[in-house]
Amino acid sequence: MSRSRIAEAFADGPAFIPYLAAGDPDTESTKEYVRALVRGGADVIELGLPFSEPIAEGSTIQNAIVRSLEGGMTPESYFELVDDLDVEVPVVCMTYYNLIYRYGASEAARTSDGSGAADEEGPEPFVRRAAEVGIDGFVVPDLPAEESDPLREACDEHGLDLIFIVAPTTRGERLERIMEQVSGYVYVQARLGTTGARTDVSDQTDASLGRLREWDVPKAVGFGISEREHAERIVAGGADGIIVGSALVDIVAEGTSADSRTGSDDVAEGDTEEETVAERLERKARELKEGALEGFEQRRPRPERP
Amino acid sequence: MSTDAKFGRYGGQYVPEALMPAIEELEDAYRRYVLENEEGFMDDFRDRLRDFGGRPTPLQHAEGLSERYDTEVYLKREDLLHGGAHKLNNALGQALLARYMGKERIIAETGAGQHGTATAMACAHLGIDCEIYMGERDINRQRPNVFRMRLNGAEVNPVSVGRGTLKEAISETMRDWATSVEDTHYVIGSVVGPHPFPRMVRDFQAVIGEEARAQIEEKTGRMPDSVLACAGGGSNTMGAFHSFVEDEDVDLYAVEAGGSSLEVDEEGGVAPNSASLSTGSEGVLHGARTRLLQDAHGQIMESHSISSGLDYAGVGPELAHLVDERRVVPTNVDDDAALEAFHRLSQLEGIIPALETAHAFAYLEREHESLGDVVVVNVSGRGDKDLESVIEETAEREIEGAPDMDVFSGGL
Ligand SMILES: Cc1ncc(COP(=O)(O)O)c(C=O)c1O
Repeated sequence: MSRSRIAEAFADGPAFIPYLAAGDPDTESTKEYVRALVRGGADVIELGLPFSEPIAEGSTIQNAIVRSLEGGMTPESYFELVDDLDVEVPVVCMTYYNLIYRYGASEAARTSDGSGAADEEGPEPFVRRAAEVGIDGFVVPDLPAEESDPLREACDEHGLDLIFIVAPTTRGERLERIMEQVSGYVYVQARLGTTGARTDVSDQTDASLGRLREWDVPKAVGFGISEREHAERIVAGGADGIIVGSALVDIVAEGTSADSRTGSDDVAEGDTEEETVAERLERKARELKEGALEGFEQRRPRPERP
Repeated sequence: MSTDAKFGRYGGQYVPEALMPAIEELEDAYRRYVLENEEGFMDDFRDRLRDFGGRPTPLQHAEGLSERYDTEVYLKREDLLHGGAHKLNNALGQALLARYMGKERIIAETGAGQHGTATAMACAHLGIDCEIYMGERDINRQRPNVFRMRLNGAEVNPVSVGRGTLKEAISETMRDWATSVEDTHYVIGSVVGPHPFPRMVRDFQAVIGEEARAQIEEKTGRMPDSVLACAGGGSNTMGAFHSFVEDEDVDLYAVEAGGSSLEVDEEGGVAPNSASLSTGSEGVLHGARTRLLQDAHGQIMESHSISSGLDYAGVGPELAHLVDERRVVPTNVDDDAALEAFHRLSQLEGIIPALETAHAFAYLEREHESLGDVVVVNVSGRGDKDLESVIEETAEREIEGAPDMDVFSGGL
């Protein structure tokens, strides 16, 4: 099989992979923000399709999901959003399995007795539609390798990558099982717990990267990265890419609450000093990307270990 | 192993990768200690259920109800178990298992607070640290239970996202577990969640039906025609039914919360009921494929019930499977009928049932003519925890024979 667009994104140095929740706070803003992130150096975009029970998410992304769902985001409006995105970089759809699984049944469920036997269709209709709008791959945090065969098959059929998360607790046989399934890149979870920006870098990351050293698939580290220095350290430590979500979603959230403040009278208008949300995202992206490049430079001359 | 994880098309292990090693460890512990009685675990468990828990619970012939319905009604009195509900069977089993596994900390979610209370008691009994997640709305509805948990030394963490009920509390407990999985066990409170929980919780609850089956045989010399139990996640239901599944002549009724209506507000994403077996569709939530209340896009709906313990958008995968197989009959009664049944049982039998349990009695009232000559109702819990909500809810309705609630608000 030829190298996917996602794998290609790792070809010339470390990949910077930002995450945003699609539709936070609305679809037009998301498109504008994604373009800003690409200008700032994004190599792959992880775009979240919001699910009402995001069990792997910390409060920053949970709140973004609430904003998006309240704005009326649905799987179909998500696909339309991606279809409209005219960016060159590959897009990864990050969502929970129920939305993927139900997509094919939703029509049946509306028209029949409501029991909607999703099993007859499985994940294929969702993957087919994703391929149509130009999505390149999936990350599904509540779908471990044990349950992923139907999605893996649909992805193979339509030429999409299926990215798996490797946690600090993942060892031995579980690593092997994931290795057999993964394509595109492997998402190395930097620490136990849920998503959320942190102020330090965990040494669980180094141990996880160590366990994956032999794997012939790009390794992108995520969960907690928020600063240029984190990006630098993680890439210097052997990561092929960094995934940054909450630190960016925080910027969107601040913009959202600032927007609601401008609605009231006591905020002066025309404050030209203020950066827009898109500008701040672009600047943050650039910092993180530069950090990753810096880490990569430090890695080059590293001598072989005995 | 993977076939065991499923009940027909339902079940499975849909959880974040960080939890999978803990779930494998739990599967191993479940097999060794529960199924193979390694280190005498099950003997230890049964001894504690007897001496600490108060088992066996009686199977009582209900004279008032039997006369009213002209049917022999027997009550499996789980309300007499320590803590006041069937929840202790599972909480004690899991807390003990956690101790055998060497875990230092226990977390749990709770809806009505009965599972939280049972877990807090079991942890105090066994000397393990305990933290409980509970939706803010449920904290307001079930204050006595919140205090009971704290009396037993547990920390209660309010969950404010969403509507602040059981669904949100489960999600939040899973988030905690994803952080603390190396030294913490998650005592899930019903036959829901990823494999092996649905099977293991059923095994711990199966004592209800095992006892009931032997007791009814002893009292009547025959099997019952019907067994009734209320279904939230389905643990008291599965516990009561398990021993009767093979008895094809015994009809099994799972009574869900019909809430205020079976109609769904698609726009608002709200189901004014918790009847996921009666009205839901297949999907994946909290680690399992099962039947759920969800909208056309697969977003989980907010559910509603007058009883916090039934107020959940999902149901156990095994129960969903038995319904598909037509072995269990899914049914439901609404909030009003449950409240009426609450008052009726209190007056007729001197038993104040949990609002959850009252649903089973509302069904008995409505359908007694078609239930046969001998009926067993599982009294899943007692209603002390519900008095505040019952006072409030009763004031809003005309209920025959209900006491004058003004007395409680200092009226006259
Ligand atoms: C007394 C009682 N009955 C029933 C339930 C419903 O749970 P399940 O269906 O798991 O038995 C609860 C839950 O809190 C409860 O407290």
